[in-house]
Amino acid sequence: MNDAVAAALRQRIDPARVRTGATETRLYRRDASNMTGRAGIVVFAESTADVRAAVSVAGRFGVPFLARGSGTGLAGGAVPPDDAIVISTAKMNRIISVDPENRQAWVEPGVLNLDLSKQIAHLGVHFAPDPSSQQTCSIGGNVANNSGGPHCLADGVTSAHILALEVVLPDGSVVTLGGEDPEPDGLDLRGAFVGSEGMFGVATKVCVRLMQNHPDVATMLMEFDSVGDGAQLVSDIIAAGIVPAAVEMMDQLCLQAVEAWLHAGLPTHAAAALLIECVGPAGQVASEVTRIRELADARGVASVRVAANDAERAELWKARKGAFGAVANIKPNYYLHDTVVPRARLAEVIEKVYEITARYGIDVINVFHAGDGNLHPLLVYDAREDGVVDKVHAAGREIVTFSVEVGGVLSGEHGIGLEKRDLMPLMFSEVDLAAQEALRVAFDPQLIANPDKVLPNPATCGDLHSVPDGAWV
Amino acid sequence: MGVSADTNATATVDGAMDQSVDEFAAAVGTSGPVSVAGMATRGGAVEGIRTVRAPAGIVRVDAAEMVVECGAATPVADVHRALAEVGQTVSMPPGGTVGGALAVGASDVTRLGHGPLRDVLLQTRFVGAGGAVTKAGGPTVKNVSGFDLCRLLVGSRGTLGFLGDVILRTRPLPPASGWCTSTRDPFELLATLYRPVSILWDGTTTWIRLDGDPGDLESTMASSGLEAADGPPNLSGRHRWSFPPAELVDLRDAEPGSFVAEIGVGVVHRREVAPDRRPDPAIRSLHDRIKNQFDPTARLNPGIDPLSTGAAS
Repeated sequence: MNDAVAAALRQRIDPARVRTGATETRLYRRDASNMTGRAGIVVFAESTADVRAAVSVAGRFGVPFLARGSGTGLAGGAVPPDDAIVISTAKMNRIISVDPENRQAWVEPGVLNLDLSKQIAHLGVHFAPDPSSQQTCSIGGNVANNSGGPHCLADGVTSAHILALEVVLPDGSVVTLGGEDPEPDGLDLRGAFVGSEGMFGVATKVCVRLMQNHPDVATMLMEFDSVGDGAQLVSDIIAAGIVPAAVEMMDQLCLQAVEAWLHAGLPTHAAAALLIECVGPAGQVASEVTRIRELADARGVASVRVAANDAERAELWKARKGAFGAVANIKPNYYLHDTVVPRARLAEVIEKVYEITARYGIDVINVFHAGDGNLHPLLVYDAREDGVVDKVHAAGREIVTFSVEVGGVLSGEHGIGLEKRDLMPLMFSEVDLAAQEALRVAFDPQLIANPDKVLPNPATCGDLHSVPDGAWV
Repeated sequence: MGVSADTNATATVDGAMDQSVDEFAAAVGTSGPVSVAGMATRGGAVEGIRTVRAPAGIVRVDAAEMVVECGAATPVADVHRALAEVGQTVSMPPGGTVGGALAVGASDVTRLGHGPLRDVLLQTRFVGAGGAVTKAGGPTVKNVSGFDLCRLLVGSRGTLGFLGDVILRTRPLPPASGWCTSTRDPFELLATLYRPVSILWDGTTTWIRLDGDPGDLESTMASSGLEAADGPPNLSGRHRWSFPPAELVDLRDAEPGSFVAEIGVGVVHRREVAPDRRPDPAIRSLHDRIKNQFDPTARLNPGIDPLSTGAAS
């Protein structure tokens, strides 16, 4: 079967870019999660025509296909179902056009997130979504996962920054969803596609919205003697009518790990630190900083450090975005979680995270988008220790369950993928899930686009694969 | 409805809807053609068939979470008024009901700065064609749990389900806000102003809305030569046309006053109805498949086709 599929692909795509060797199929069997699948064939697409050919062949043979960007996803969304055709869009990395006046750009899906903003910086604009992986993650992957990032607090997640998509649908047809114009006729299929985790088709061109760069910016690092005080300040700021560009929190173990690695002068004795950034015209930034400092004083802030220049600002952000690298100094493995809770419940949920992990004897680092209530507990462990992986999974499940119980959601930006597929019933009833399945079937009647992700036990899918080791079942 | 402000200054308002979403679902039923009626400001219900009315009433205004929860038949004006009491607002065009605004999906003239209407819907419990209450989305601003049915529902004109209640994303009211006018070229203003909320142009006059710190607004008005104005031009009786914003420069050749264009956005308000655009057959087919999945007997708002909305104002 695999040979016949490969032969069919090579008739329509440069054979050098259709790979079945062990090197490629092993490399592409996983993403940045700790789950693995089994790639059958890897296609390095260079054009919409290549993607269309690969999707059409998949449909003809009834084999699953999976689009893959940079493979930085954390929920197993790019882990291939058995013997799938993996369509890598990494080589589709051209910025097609940029319109700085109307603040739109067309890009191919393999363009890296940070590369786009760097390439257009001289035009005074940027692409707002900024996941921590922005140096390596692709725009196509951002579309698939509806990615977030620290600066999505004020400007919104990826969906708010995608105007139009050229998409190869699972039946091989090529369509444009959304448009450069603001009110395309019909349903918002663009909005439905963003965040569909590769199950509605493959985006081959993306029209993104660009944001004006800010005339002024202030970045503050505040230290607190308790996590609760820092968390309360977040609610105070929002309730006071201020929506900073970003509000990030790091707890003590995180501060210590990052400081040991980067030596950025972080307050390692503090229970928690908040990194707050305000942007806009000078008057607005100044008044917001003043007001936030007043609110922080009222919450007993221990110290406030305002970045004096761009270099210091970059250092503070490097400390925040590099936190995941710093944990290697503690333990060799980590499991990064992603849930959202109401801001008012942040302190309570963090306390619960400490209690759960202490009960399982696991170290936890908290570094997260506090302004959005988007938690990222990072469970650090050594997989060589007997039974520790089971404990990590059990603790994680408790954290996710508690987050949903207090009025939160399963995932803020990583997606569901395989990781949380079977936890979907915590948030959705059978009726709710049937509606999501209905949308999926409309896009993909053959159920060949990245099957087995997002929706638990798809009743209509007769080809149910088991969830790979490492996923929560 | 009671108003309280606790020690965290997290103003919350609690109230109730006049019927539950379950009662609304019972009224929608499981068979036969049915339409949903609001205040008939955006075209009204389908005529000649049974109509139902969604729950009305504000359940919760939570300033610290920046959300408002209400029944779909709640008047937009009520929501704006309740939010103003806690210093917030929601980016939704005035008039009619919340559900009607979402079903039609047209954004306010502040879209340039405040974003499109489609982004405000965080969660809804809607009634599907089978009469079941179905939840889409989640209560938090950030949420990627499952497929984004909320985006699909905004602008679906009640053809996939009837909105029962909703949780909307709010935004703080700015410290200062105002409309200005100018005779300057609107495209030049778009290029130079920092994040204006709206730029409207009728070929002669440019209207600009600015939000922000009072000092910033004053200095922007002085440096850009903007004059304070009472408000935006009256757009009643005009119809919406949709163009890529880059094409709006072509309006320089149009008769001044025959249009009001949202510069940087692409909506053009004209007295004439926009012509229907011929949909791509593959898009038509995808719409049909979605409709068939959600409403196989075509009982919800029969005769309404979201792909053929040229005549909608």
